[in-house]
Amino acid sequence: MRYAEKIYHRIIVWLVFLILAVPLAVTLLYALATEWGATIVPDGFTLKWMTALWSDPRFLTALWHSLLICFGSLLFSLVLVLPAMFVIAYYFPKLDAVMNILILLPFAIPPVVSSVGLLQLYSSEPLALTGTPWILIGCYFTIALPFIYRAIANNMQAINLRELIDAAHLLGASTWQAAWLVVLPNLRKGATIAVLLSFSFLIGEFVFANLLVGTSYETLQVYLYNMRNGSGHFTSALVISYFFVVLVVTWLANALNRERG
Amino acid sequence: MRGKGIALLCLLPFVLFYLAFQIAPLVWIAINSFWSDVNQAWGWDNYSDILTSPFYQQAIRLSLDISLWSSLYGLLIALLGGYSLHQLGNGRLHRFFMSFTNMTSNFAGVPLAFAFVILLGLNGCLTLLMRKYGVMDGFRLFSRDGMVVVYTWFQIPLGILLLYPAFDGLKKEWQESAELLGASRWRYWWHIGLPILSPALIGTFVILLANALGAYATIYALTTGNFNVIPVRIAALVSGDISLDPNTGSALAMLLVVLMAIITVIHQWLVRRSYLNAQ
Repeated sequence: MRYAEKIYHRIIVWLVFLILAVPLAVTLLYALATEWGATIVPDGFTLKWMTALWSDPRFLTALWHSLLICFGSLLFSLVLVLPAMFVIAYYFPKLDAVMNILILLPFAIPPVVSSVGLLQLYSSEPLALTGTPWILIGCYFTIALPFIYRAIANNMQAINLRELIDAAHLLGASTWQAAWLVVLPNLRKGATIAVLLSFSFLIGEFVFANLLVGTSYETLQVYLYNMRNGSGHFTSALVISYFFVVLVVTWLANALNRERG
Repeated sequence: MRGKGIALLCLLPFVLFYLAFQIAPLVWIAINSFWSDVNQAWGWDNYSDILTSPFYQQAIRLSLDISLWSSLYGLLIALLGGYSLHQLGNGRLHRFFMSFTNMTSNFAGVPLAFAFVILLGLNGCLTLLMRKYGVMDGFRLFSRDGMVVVYTWFQIPLGILLLYPAFDGLKKEWQESAELLGASRWRYWWHIGLPILSPALIGTFVILLANALGAYATIYALTTGNFNVIPVRIAALVSGDISLDPNTGSALAMLLVVLMAIITVIHQWLVRRSYLNAQ
């Protein structure tokens, strides 16, 4: 490659990086600035917004709610998806095509559409779930499904499920023993990565959380939205902290992924 | 055969919850969209109300307008950036940039809205900077143009992630041969580069379009629901303070579903066509 060409490509890449980084960088600066009114650069730096945030019980409750719901619904998804995927892979391979269509739906239907039906279906007596965290677990199961399914399907392909079970059969294990003691441990890594990757997606979910539950079980995103009229510095500290939590979890997922090779 | 029966039982919880939280709401919306509360009758009234009301027409127009332009801009930036990144090859910069893109693709909704208020809001730092140097008379974030900027921002990472694998299809030799035969850079792109990338470009564009059409959190958080686009209208109709009418909301939601379905079908068709071309 010619030198000039290389320079051009570098400039373009850094420009795109700049476009993507500026809103984040400004939020970080704002979170750490003492005062930042009419001047171009902040007057000074302080950690007071961060400490104010992390000592706010309402924030800590919202964070706790979010962590609980996200990991709760991801575990719940695994409990539903793992047996189903195993059964399909081992007994009904033809159903795989159906599953591939089923996991398209949550992509194609925006949450704001689903919530119209959910609000009415689960607001009245037999299943009055609206306003409780339980309804979010069900919704998050559907929107996380494509991610979980893909990650585990890749893992299943890699371990050669059928041969593994046949080998276990030869050694005298029943199918259930084989599934529980041989297949499940082999899927552990894939499942962990699936959970961690979908976590960053779920913790950013706002539509279901706001429309179906709102303040009666405030999650991080809803808290963030309700703080919109507060100090810009405080909300910036909030955005940065949220981003930091997501960063730690995705970094964990990537580290696990690399380790697997 | 007994094994298979128990195996089917294992599928049951999954199917049950999928039906309860994905299919049932959709069916419910579809049925309700045909019941008119005003006339107390079944029929197409909700749909004809929406399609003849200037207010909803504006929402549909604005939604399409913002989605179309933000997808185009996002695609263009993703194309330029992704291609340059691909040309620079594997290295530290590459790895860093890809994980950064991955990270930012999750930065949407409420936090993104806040970041843009700080950046481009009335007293945002970029707004102040622009005003000081007289570049622009202050930027209006809460306008149609502002929405296009914010939407474009969250389209870029998604565009790069979707488009990036396609650049492997551009063989280096082709550009070299074209150059040897005396083609200018523009001619190479016009006759070879873009036609090869076109299935990926159109496919990515379609996904970006769907992504923007369904986006609700960002625009709601930015304008507290004062901006007239389809998702905001739907939410206002089912949980708003003023205009509660779930049936009209259902009809509007169905219109969005139909739009999405058309987009998905086009996408699948394009994917299949590009596979046929590759063979």
